[in-house]
Amino acid sequence: MKVLTVERKILKKNDDIAAENRQRFKQANLTVLNLLSSPGAGKTTLLERTLEKLANRYRVAVVEGDVQTDNDARRIAKHHVPVVQVVTRGGCHLEANLVQEAVANFELDALDLLFIENVGNLVCPANYDLGENLKVVIISTTEGDDKPLKYPPMFRVAHVCVINKIDLLPYVDFDIQKARDYARGINPDLRFFELSARTGEGLEDWIRWLESLIPKSTA
Amino acid sequence: MHEMSVAQSIVQIVEEVLQEQKAHRVLKVVVRIGELVAVVPESLQFCYRAITEGTELGDSELVIQTVPVRAVCQACGREFSPETPFFICPFCESTRVHLLQGQELQVSELEVEE
Repeated sequence: MKVLTVERKILKKNDDIAAENRQRFKQANLTVLNLLSSPGAGKTTLLERTLEKLANRYRVAVVEGDVQTDNDARRIAKHHVPVVQVVTRGGCHLEANLVQEAVANFELDALDLLFIENVGNLVCPANYDLGENLKVVIISTTEGDDKPLKYPPMFRVAHVCVINKIDLLPYVDFDIQKARDYARGINPDLRFFELSARTGEGLEDWIRWLESLIPKSTA
Repeated sequence: MHEMSVAQSIVQIVEEVLQEQKAHRVLKVVVRIGELVAVVPESLQFCYRAITEGTELGDSELVIQTVPVRAVCQACGREFSPETPFFICPFCESTRVHLLQGQELQVSELEVEE
């Protein structure tokens, strides 16, 4: 019997492919955002409203991740942007290789901004780097304001937190300040946007921030 | 259920090492899983059993070592184990905290038959 010291990262293959993706995105001067949330927080609706504001001025594309169906990709396609649907068939998160295959359908050099809408899940996607520039976690006021406490790894890795459905605040028990405090306790560097993708309230700040991420030469 | 994909990655790594080392039978696979990576040990154990059954890894034992979270405060320099999900220094209450451990996800050791 012999003991071998291995010390290999379990997700190394994913990390390696993510690094290739990141390199490729950088070469293309492309900003890539990974959108993460639990199911029903409003990722696709936020994306639709965002495309309405940006798609006529910038070159935007979308990778849609879902366990089943291409319903979301069809919603996005109505906004006349290139979209690829990745169906994970039971997989609860996107992995870097799926993104690599998906973006092969795009001419990356001709894009300014790429959104990757991850599978609705606040657990697993936190562990899988896709090669994106920024992770955006979206929570909504119809969920508990303790979501950050329940899913600390996700809030730890996220760069930005969008609090969606603020139009419903009068009807729900969600305490925005509490949610922000919990999230900041886990990740003091988090940047927040409070908005309603449905009514458009608060959307301007989000759009302005997205525009600031796009390299000036293409604006 | 990302434990399944984690289990598959573990099997891949074990197979690679067996090939490199020209070993055939693995008795024990030791993995280190940080408390912050949201991998459920029972679930990982179940997935590992399910995918190795009937293979050359079928009778190997998966040993999961949980790595607790340790952090160092960047303001006062002291080390501590955060007891809540909040990363706040218990000595000076700074939130500028650097994680030392707790995010591991690695195969650390294999016990093989010579």
